[in-house]
Amino acid sequence: MDEIQKKMLYQVAELDSLPVGAYNIRANGKAAARNSTANIEIIPKNDKSGIDIKIKDNTKNESVHIPVIISETGLKELVYNDFFIGENCDVIIIAGCGIHNCGSADSAHDGIHTFFVGKNSKVRYFEKHYGEGEGRGKRLMNPTTVVHLDEGAQMKMETSQISGIDDTLRSTKADLAANSKLEINESVMTTGVQNAVSEFNAELNGENCSCNIVSRTVARDNSTQHFTSRLNGNSSCSGHSECDSIIMDHASVLATPELLANSTEASLIHEAAIGKIAGEQLIKLMTLGLTEQQAEEQIISGFLK
Amino acid sequence: MLELQNICYQTDDKVILKDINLNINDHFVAVTGPNGSGKSTLAKLIAGIIKPTEGKIILDGEDITELSITERANKGISYAFQQPVRFKGLTVKDLMFLAAGKGTKLSEIRGIISEVGLNATDYLNRSLDGSLSGGELKRIEIAMIFARSSKLSLFDEPEAGIDLWSFQKLIHVFEKMVQQTKGNIVIISHQERILDIADKIIYLKDGQIEKYDSKENILPELLNSVTNNNGGE
Repeated sequence: MDEIQKKMLYQVAELDSLPVGAYNIRANGKAAARNSTANIEIIPKNDKSGIDIKIKDNTKNESVHIPVIISETGLKELVYNDFFIGENCDVIIIAGCGIHNCGSADSAHDGIHTFFVGKNSKVRYFEKHYGEGEGRGKRLMNPTTVVHLDEGAQMKMETSQISGIDDTLRSTKADLAANSKLEINESVMTTGVQNAVSEFNAELNGENCSCNIVSRTVARDNSTQHFTSRLNGNSSCSGHSECDSIIMDHASVLATPELLANSTEASLIHEAAIGKIAGEQLIKLMTLGLTEQQAEEQIISGFLK
Repeated sequence: MLELQNICYQTDDKVILKDINLNINDHFVAVTGPNGSGKSTLAKLIAGIIKPTEGKIILDGEDITELSITERANKGISYAFQQPVRFKGLTVKDLMFLAAGKGTKLSEIRGIISEVGLNATDYLNRSLDGSLSGGELKRIEIAMIFARSSKLSLFDEPEAGIDLWSFQKLIHVFEKMVQQTKGNIVIISHQERILDIADKIIYLKDGQIEKYDSKENILPELLNSVTNNNGGE
């Protein structure tokens, strides 16, 4: 790996050396490093680009890193990563994609991650997207995440895209069986003329399942954002979605939360708020000695944390 | 220490402060007076949140009238809001470090949070949002001012929005602060127990200073004449 790739790897997965546990590091469309463990097997797909990650029943306190780095201008890839998580597991999965584009051709990574989470398993999933580079070529990312939660399974997702991605369509789909629980925290910031679309769609099928989606976004300059979330309550379940955006400069933000109840026992709530940074927040931080610009940065970084 | 010279403040249709002349040199000065008398406006003028229509504000001999909020903060003025501001995402720890400075030890921050009657372990990582009660936010607001240990600390009605039980504890916090803080403290309050620990009391009425004297000279008279002054401006 060259220095640029190493820097990107640190940005998306906070790795400055090979991680402990299972990992698959993909750089410029090829596997740069791979490791399976006794409980976690990583197998490259034969029919298309991507990997299968198989986690044995009862695997606990183990992690999988699967970062993707693109530093070659003009590279476009579509990757399928499928996670088969057994029963009674407790694992951490760290994904992420970094694009460094200093050329004139567009670079793109479309990743489709599908999770089959077994009964009573717990998964914590982190996904960070980052772009940089001075070239005219765009940095494009379209992550799709599909989550199937079996009975009693829990998944907590933290996804972020804080800078450098010109155009993105983020799609997350989930179906939840009885007593399962899905929590999603998304942070997005767009600048310049970037565009971000984020779509959530959850089918709350099982008794006592719950889904909580919290999206926090900041839109600056002339960027545009569109957030949609659809919660379908098909049983005795609870669902909550919250979209909270700070709008600045000449940006544009559209939030369209939707709820569909197909059961009288479904309890569904949505909240959406869009607004500028409150003047009193800036004043408070200025009374602590920060300049207006420093105060603004603090408020945004706290909001997206 | 702090001098106000011929300060006037008016909005389009209303005169709020009229020709205020003040010299504040005592360690602990309380500002009191009826609702709408201009107390909060006076504090905001000193902190730089609003600028006077006329007059000068002098801090340690330097004219700070035209300085921004940030510049005044860096010259040693701290201001505790009457209604603490909520922040989504920023934690108690974040704000305490912003107030105290990055070089401060975490143990010192924990100590200050304990001083205002909160358990540091429980609160450090809490977000300053709607999940905290008014009383909790108020204590954290006060803790931030302690953490800054400024030349001049301004408190705008620290008792507002706090239940009576919490207020009893808060009085002890201020008593301790008076003993421990080297800087000057100016506190806007309606509470007798706070006025009682002041060195001097300023009594504002209709935008003018009606009385400014030592506690001993002013408090008995005020207690006889001033009633039903609870609430903000």
